[in-house]
Amino acid sequence: MSKQQVKMTVNGNEVSGEVEGRTLLIHFLRENLGLTGPHIGCETSHCGACTVDMDGRSVKSCTLFAVQAENADITTVEGMAAADGTLHAIQEGFMQEHGLQCGFCTPGMIMRTHRLLQENPNPTDEEIRWGISGNLCRCTGYQNIVKAVRYAADKLNETTQEAAE
Amino acid sequence: MSDAATMTLEEREATLGGVGTARKRKEDIRFIQGAGNYVDDVKLPGMVFGDFVRSPYAHARIKSINAEAALAVPGVKAVLTAADLKPLNLHYMPTLAGDVQAVLAEEKVLFQNQEVAFVIAEDRYIASDAAELVEVDYEELPPIVDAFKAMDEGAICLREDIQGKTEGAHGARRHDNHIFTWEIGDKEGADKALEEGEVTVKELVTYQRVHPSPLETCASIASMDKIKGELTLYGTFQAPHVVRTVASLLSGIPEHKIRVIAPDIGGGFGNKVGVYPGYVCSIVASIVLGVPVKWVEDRIENLSSTAFARDYHMTGELAATKDGKITGLKCHVLADHGAFDACADPTKWPAGFFNICTGSYDIPVAHVSVDGVYTNKAPGGVAYRCSFRVTEAAYMIERMIDVLAQKLEMDPAELRMKNFIQPAQFPYNSALGWEYDSGDYPTAMKQMMQAVDYEGLRKEQAEQREKLARGESRTLMGIGISFFTEIVGAGPSRNCDILGVAMFDSCEIRVHPTGSAIARLGTKSQGQAHETTYAQILATEIGIPSEDIGIEEGDTDTAPYGLGTYGSRSTPVAGAAAARVGRKIRAKAQKIAAHLLEVAEGDLEWEIDRFKVKGLPEKEATMKEIAWAAYNNLPEGMEPGLEAVDYYDPPNMTYPFGAYLCVADIDVDTGETAIRRFYALDDCGTRINPMVIEGQVHGGLTEAFGIAMGQEIAYDELGNVQGASLMDYFLPTAVETPVWETDFTVTPSPHHPIGAKGVGESPNVGGVPAFSNAVIDAFSHLGVKHMPMPHTAWRVWQQCHDLGLTK
Repeated sequence: MSKQQVKMTVNGNEVSGEVEGRTLLIHFLRENLGLTGPHIGCETSHCGACTVDMDGRSVKSCTLFAVQAENADITTVEGMAAADGTLHAIQEGFMQEHGLQCGFCTPGMIMRTHRLLQENPNPTDEEIRWGISGNLCRCTGYQNIVKAVRYAADKLNETTQEAAE
Repeated sequence: MSDAATMTLEEREATLGGVGTARKRKEDIRFIQGAGNYVDDVKLPGMVFGDFVRSPYAHARIKSINAEAALAVPGVKAVLTAADLKPLNLHYMPTLAGDVQAVLAEEKVLFQNQEVAFVIAEDRYIASDAAELVEVDYEELPPIVDAFKAMDEGAICLREDIQGKTEGAHGARRHDNHIFTWEIGDKEGADKALEEGEVTVKELVTYQRVHPSPLETCASIASMDKIKGELTLYGTFQAPHVVRTVASLLSGIPEHKIRVIAPDIGGGFGNKVGVYPGYVCSIVASIVLGVPVKWVEDRIENLSSTAFARDYHMTGELAATKDGKITGLKCHVLADHGAFDACADPTKWPAGFFNICTGSYDIPVAHVSVDGVYTNKAPGGVAYRCSFRVTEAAYMIERMIDVLAQKLEMDPAELRMKNFIQPAQFPYNSALGWEYDSGDYPTAMKQMMQAVDYEGLRKEQAEQREKLARGESRTLMGIGISFFTEIVGAGPSRNCDILGVAMFDSCEIRVHPTGSAIARLGTKSQGQAHETTYAQILATEIGIPSEDIGIEEGDTDTAPYGLGTYGSRSTPVAGAAAARVGRKIRAKAQKIAAHLLEVAEGDLEWEIDRFKVKGLPEKEATMKEIAWAAYNNLPEGMEPGLEAVDYYDPPNMTYPFGAYLCVADIDVDTGETAIRRFYALDDCGTRINPMVIEGQVHGGLTEAFGIAMGQEIAYDELGNVQGASLMDYFLPTAVETPVWETDFTVTPSPHHPIGAKGVGESPNVGGVPAFSNAVIDAFSHLGVKHMPMPHTAWRVWQQCHDLGLTK
C-alpha cells in the first residue's frame, strides 16, 4: 500500500513520518513516535484509552487516521508534566486521590480531564461524571477519579486566581 | 547515630509507612506520565505480528484450508494451521481443568470465533489483511447452545477427540457431551431434611455467562534465541511462573532456558490466568521464524474467545422450621463449560470452591452436585474477580435466603440474623467441608442495619408500595441485602494445586548495606498496588521505611516461584510470605544487634525500627546500622549479608465477609432501575492500606453493578455470540455507576501471620446478590420470587408488564 508523509505537532515538537492512508493515529503515535502512553482498549471508540487532545478537542485516536491529523496540534499524556518534571495538577490529583489502579485507562482519563477542565473549570460531580463518560475504567469505580478531577480543578483554579491577583 | 534517633515514636511510625497506613501508591508515578510498560508497549528488534483466522460458525467441520492467497501478500511470513502444529503435538494444549483445548482447530470448529489459522506478517495491518484471504471451507453442523439439551439422548457429539471416553479428568462421563459430575456433602441427610422440612423452597437461579473484560486485552510476545536456545516470553500473565512451567512442558525447552516476563498488566480479573492459543501460536511462530512474534487480541476476540465466567444454572433448595431456622440445603448445578473445559480452578476442584454455598449460615446438613457439560460456546470458566466459583455460590445462597424469607413472610435481615454462624462457633466446620477461620457476623449485620436505618427503609418501602397502589407514584422501591462469606487465599498444598504444583507463594528479600531493600514475590499485580502494600507489610516487620523497599514481581528470572495473583490470594499467601521473610530478617538482625551492643540476644527488645537494650533505653541499634554491620561487622561465624526467602504454604484459606445493602428505585413504566444507595461493610481482617482497600471495594462493586444490571455474553440459537463488542457488552461508565459508601469491621484471621484476609474480590462476590435482591425485592409483595439477571430495563419492564403495572 502506498505511503505518504504526514506532519503534525505532538507535545510541542514538530514531527513527521510515512504512513499508509489507513494508518490509525493511535498506531502512528505508538509505533512511529514511540508514545505508548495512549493505549488501545477496544478499537471502536467506546473505551477512551486512546484519548489525546487535538486542536483543542478530546479525540479518540483509535478511530482517526493519522492523515486526518495533518498539521494538527496534539497533546498526549507524555506532554502533560512540565519540562522540569513537575507534575501537572491533573496528574497530581490522580495520584493524591487514588484515581487509578491498573493504569491502563489513566492516560486517556488524564487527557479527557485536561480538556474538560478547560471547557468547564469548575464542574459539579455530575458534570465530571458526564464529562468523562466516554472513558471507561474497569478498576476504580470512578468515585476516586471524580475526586481526582475535583482536586485538579481546585488546584488549577487556585493557580489562576493567584495569577490574577 | 542516625537522624531517626531524634524523632519521636509517632514520627518514626509515620516515617516507616507500615501496615495500616493510607500510603500513596508507588506505581502511580509511571502510569500518570504514560510511562507504564504493558505488553503492547514492548517493541523488540525484528518483531513481527500474528493475527488469527477465526471460525464464523459455532459448529462445523473443516473440509479444507487454503492459505495460498494469504501467503502471496507481500510482508506475510507464514500461516500456521493445525496441520503444522500436529507434528509438534501442539495442535491441542492441556487446560488447567485436566481437559485439552484446540490451539488451532483440526477437524472441527466448536465455537464461533474459534482459532483456525495464525497468520504472521511484518506488521499488524498486513497480518489482518492476509487473515481475510485464508480460505476455509466449512460444512456446518447443528450446534448445541442450550446447556439443558447437551445431554439429551441422541444429542450430537461435540468433542469427537474424546468420543466414547467414559472416564474424564474428574471421574465418569455418562454422555459424549458430559464432562464430569462433582458431588459433595450428605445426600441422604439433605434429602431427609428437605422431605421433613416444615417449610421448603426450591428455585432455579441462573448466573449468566459474563466476561471479565479488563481494559487491556490479552497479548504475548515470544522471542526465541535459536543460538542460545532460550525463549523469552512477554505476556499478560496473572501467573507467570506457572506459564513458564507449562511452556516448558509443552515445548520441551528446559525450564531454565525460558524467561517469562509479565510487565504492567492493564487489569486481569481472572481473564489472564489461563493459557490461550495466541500465546502458544506466538511461541511456535517465533521458534519457526527465529524472530520475535507479537500477538495482541482485539476487543471482539477478547469477549468472544478468551475466558468467559459463570454460566451456572443452579437449582437451590432450602428446608426450614416454621420460625425460620434452616435445617438443610441442596443444590444441583448445570455448568456450561463451552467447547473445552478450560476452567481455571485448582486441579482437584472441577467446580472450584462452590461448596462454600452454605454461606454465612449454620446449616446442619447439605449436599451439592455439579454436572459440567460441553456446548458450542467459547471455553473458559474463569473466576471473574472471585475465588473459584465463590461468586456463583454466594449468589445462589443469598438469593435462596430471600426466597425463603418471602415464603416464611419474614424479614430477610431477620432470617439472616437467625441463621448466622455465631462468633463462638469459630473455627467453624461447615456441612460441606470447610473450616471457616474467623468471623463476627451479627456485629457486622447490626452495624450495617444501623448505618442505613434499615427499619426506616422498610417503612418507606411499605409507604411507597401503598402510594403505587393508590396511583400516586410510578416507582417501586427495592431493598437488597447480601451477607456473604468468601473463601480465598488458595491454598493449602494438601488440597490445592495447579497441574501438580502446590499453591504456595513466596517472597525473597535482600537488605542492602545502606539500609534499603529489594523484595521479589511470586504473585503479579494487575492494579492491586502490590508495590505499595507488600512494602508496608515488610516495613512493619523489618523496621525499614516502605519508601526504601522496592518490590518486584513478574519476571521468572528474578522472582521466586509463586502461583500468581487471582482468587484474592496475594495478601493471604504472598503477603504472609512477606511477613515471614521479614521475621527471618529480624531474627538475624537481632543477633547482629546483640553483637554490636555487646549484650545477649534476649536482652534486646524491638521498637518500630530498632533493637533496644531492655532497661538501658539509650543503648540501641537501628535497622540502618544493623544493615551496614551485616556487610562488615558480624558475630563470629555468621554468614555476611542480610537476605532471606520464604515459601509459604497456608494452613487454611481465609474467609473474608461483608454486609452489603442496596436501595433501588424502579420506574414501572420504563423498567429502569436507579440505584439510590449502596452501602458496603467489608471485614478483610487486618487492614494493610485503607486507601487501597477502599479503591478495591469501589472497583469490585462497579463490576458487580455491571454484572447484575447489564452484562451478558449471550448466544443466538445458531451459536452466534451476541455481545462481543463494547457496544453490546455493558461496561458501566461514570454516569451509571452509583456512589459507594464503604465501612468495615476487623476480625483478624487467626492463622495468617498478620491476620489479613484479602479484599479485592469481596465486592464482586457480595455485590451481585445485593443488586439482584434489591430489584427482586421491589416486586416481592406481588408474589415475584425470582427474576433472571441481568436486570436490564427491558427485562424489568417485562416483569412490570406481566404484573399489569405498566401504563
